[in-house]
Amino acid sequence: MTTEVRPEQDQHQIEERTRVTIRFAGDSGDGMQLAGTQFTKATALFGNDISTLPDYPAEIRAPRGSLPGVSGFQISFSSDDIMTPGDEPDALVAMNPAALKTNVADLRDNGILIVDADEFDRTNLRKAGYAANPLEDGSLKRWQLYPINITKQNDLALEGMALTPVLKFRSRNFYALGIVLWLYGRSLESTLEWINDKFKRNPDVLEANVRALKAGYYFGETAELFQTNYHVAKAKLPPGEYRHVSGNEATALGFLAASLQLGRPIFYGSYPITPASDILHELSTYKNFGVLTFQAEDEIAAVGAAIGASFGGALGMTGTSGPGVALKSEAINLAVMVELPLVIADIQRAGPSTGMPTKTEQTDLLQVMFGRNGESPVAIVAPATPSDCFWMAIEAWRLATKYMTPVFFMSDAYLANGSEPWRIPRMDELPAMKVEFAKAGEPFEPYQRDETTLARPWAIPGTPGLEHRIGGIEKSNITGDVDYDPDNHELMVHLRAEKIQRIQNDIPEIEVEGPASGDLLVLTWGSPYGAVTSAAREARGRGKSVASAQLRYLNPFPKNLGDVLRSYKRVLIPEMNLGQLALLIRGKYLVDAISQSKVQGQPFKIGEISERINEILTELGR
Amino acid sequence: MTMTTIPLDELKPLTRKDFVTDQEVRWCPGCGDYSILAQVQKVLPEMGMRREDIVFISGIGCSSRLPYYVETYGFHSIHGRALTLATGLKASRPELMVWVITGDGDGLSIGGNHLLHAMRRNIDLNVVLFNNRIYGLTKGQYSPTSEFGKITKSSPFGTIDQPLDPIRVALAAEATFVARSMDVDTAHLQAMLKRTAEHKGVAFLEVYQNCNIFNDGAFKGFTDREVRDDRVLYLEHGKPLRFGKQRQHGIRLNGFELEVVENVESDEGLLVHDEQADPTLATILARMTYPAYPVPVGVFRDVQRPTLDALMHKQVEDAISRGKGDFKALLHSGETWMVE
Repeated sequence: MTTEVRPEQDQHQIEERTRVTIRFAGDSGDGMQLAGTQFTKATALFGNDISTLPDYPAEIRAPRGSLPGVSGFQISFSSDDIMTPGDEPDALVAMNPAALKTNVADLRDNGILIVDADEFDRTNLRKAGYAANPLEDGSLKRWQLYPINITKQNDLALEGMALTPVLKFRSRNFYALGIVLWLYGRSLESTLEWINDKFKRNPDVLEANVRALKAGYYFGETAELFQTNYHVAKAKLPPGEYRHVSGNEATALGFLAASLQLGRPIFYGSYPITPASDILHELSTYKNFGVLTFQAEDEIAAVGAAIGASFGGALGMTGTSGPGVALKSEAINLAVMVELPLVIADIQRAGPSTGMPTKTEQTDLLQVMFGRNGESPVAIVAPATPSDCFWMAIEAWRLATKYMTPVFFMSDAYLANGSEPWRIPRMDELPAMKVEFAKAGEPFEPYQRDETTLARPWAIPGTPGLEHRIGGIEKSNITGDVDYDPDNHELMVHLRAEKIQRIQNDIPEIEVEGPASGDLLVLTWGSPYGAVTSAAREARGRGKSVASAQLRYLNPFPKNLGDVLRSYKRVLIPEMNLGQLALLIRGKYLVDAISQSKVQGQPFKIGEISERINEILTELGR
Repeated sequence: MTMTTIPLDELKPLTRKDFVTDQEVRWCPGCGDYSILAQVQKVLPEMGMRREDIVFISGIGCSSRLPYYVETYGFHSIHGRALTLATGLKASRPELMVWVITGDGDGLSIGGNHLLHAMRRNIDLNVVLFNNRIYGLTKGQYSPTSEFGKITKSSPFGTIDQPLDPIRVALAAEATFVARSMDVDTAHLQAMLKRTAEHKGVAFLEVYQNCNIFNDGAFKGFTDREVRDDRVLYLEHGKPLRFGKQRQHGIRLNGFELEVVENVESDEGLLVHDEQADPTLATILARMTYPAYPVPVGVFRDVQRPTLDALMHKQVEDAISRGKGDFKALLHSGETWMVE
């Protein structure tokens, strides 16, 4: 990684790096998410490519100083195209012993370790379960340890200000941020702007934060603590205007884009659940676009209301996580039966049951695919990155309206909360889509299907002459009347399956990055995209015959998937579950796919996938 | 979507027949549901609505079959969830007249939660709950309104749970219109269906309905024609509470208890019904049960409060009046930067 060391005018050296990963960790009250996002902003404005990952504790405010109360924010930035928030941090800021204990093992050897030495008192050490002070017992020798009296120095910087000790203490995240901004040669400008805007009504806090930030920055510059600071050059990104976008933001924006393109209003019914609630929050601010949001009494009411809205011609949708999908299953099945458009956003989290609500996992795939009574096919799309959530949210609605079917949009906590720079699309890049309702005066049967798509007509209340009844009881083909005839049921089961299958003719083929045939294909879906793609690129960089491919459509699969799978000697499928996609692939294509699973509530690291790739290549004698 | 309003006199007047579908009605012969269906079809032409602007949504159970038989838009959904679909439909299409057909099991057991929330939100729905105090479609288990100790297929030694009173549930949930009627009193039922439809906001109508197969005669003791006048109290707004063939008996309040005053000539001291009063009065009235009291039917409460559907659209309109959404501007909002 180190390419060049050159002396600067002052005593500090500047080291060029292509990529740096930093983690801020502290108590959940220490403002680490804020420090992280401010650093991200300064870095984005500088022009690096970025990937971030917040790591929240499940408790809103766990006891101060405790291990469960630790909150973290990781950012990776690079002069190259990057796809993950980084495997191992190059630098860790730990604001207390608990943050040190829960994070230090991830820090790379010889990495920079900045700690607030003032917080390492007996009480905090005990809360973190340290028998001896790790700053003194030599246990941190693997790393470049910088014990800094952040709290005390910050107090000094705020001397003379009429602030309570608590408020003073709260500004020390800016002190720490100041140090790190200096260390990586970032400007204070965007953070100062933010502070000035955010605290304009509270001049004391504003001044305290500004003083803290500057004091930290100047400390970095003047203290002879750090021998070097680091420089990561601008990345070469496609030209255009950029912004940051998290997966959940992009999802909400994508739904809105779909609504505007289709010319139909959104009705979003939802019940608060981590990590999907942000979509509800975001959409509820879009009222000036005609968006209707409804916080229902429970998950079932949320999806029921969405189906009712779809019956009326709106874009009825709901968002939730795995436990909510379980509750909604019966209603989703109703939408399958009555063949109305419905989009269900499943922002997956670690299960089973309540599991680990703030942690990521991809364990809902089989639930979404099969978790309903009867033969109940639905379409499933899965974005690969935070910004891809925008495009796949639009795609979910294109399919739902065109095929009159429920469509699952499967994201996860990692995509939802992770963010990346996004080249803002131009309006003419949005796909043209339209909705056609059944018209009064034209021949109408509720289940008369379109010959190509097999979709039934969308006949909405208010249309004279098209009064009809639908429901969950089996329908007679064409007329939609209640029908218990055995042959009709068999026909309808096949028609519903065939309708979803025909979506295959309407979606792009799966694209492979790397050789079109060869030793190994690494196939995945959802958020492991970044780690998988990076690991495959790394392997190719070492001259290996390794390709990668991302499934953004999980039901139906892209048409060419079988051929692609059979073009490699081995297929590896990394996913954050015990092999759910692998099970589908093996069952459908009879390919002896190798499953790589990880269920730690944390995303894959590039290194973990590289290691597995190497093992397989070794077995093949490569 | 906006509806073109056609002046009523330009419409071909609709009749009961216009609301009859080609579907064969499949309730057991003698079921009280036939009467309710007939009264619904009779009053619909008087609503001044076009068929295409009316929607019936039901859950699961015998009552929930009704939408198949009414020539409007209809949705026979899943058990307990009719109100959720109706809420989404009405919220997104406030110009439609949306009816919810449910039963004591569908509406108070599996769907009890949704009932509470639809009531408190005051969404402009017409909710008709057929109360036969039994599970009919599943062939005879006790329901949340079955009387304590009732012997049924699933309670051979008698039920051990206290029944719920749908009227008091609706009142407790702040429903703005709460009424009760009976399948056998067709004139009263028609009048109540009309009031239910006319009410702006959530309207809750409980209908005592006889299940002649699994709970025959559940209400016979007071609804039979011969005894009805003496055992049913017809609530009328602004009038003293009186019952009996010659309206010779009255009801008065003694502390927090109601008491029957037999053969009383003067109205003085009798409780006067007020549909707009605090729900406490309606709740006390609803505590009257046969045989200790005559059973009250009619409108318990009828008040006005802004509806969920109207409030939801008002927020949208207000937001648009402050500045219609500009998607391009939204995408470019917040911090952005140029890459050359």
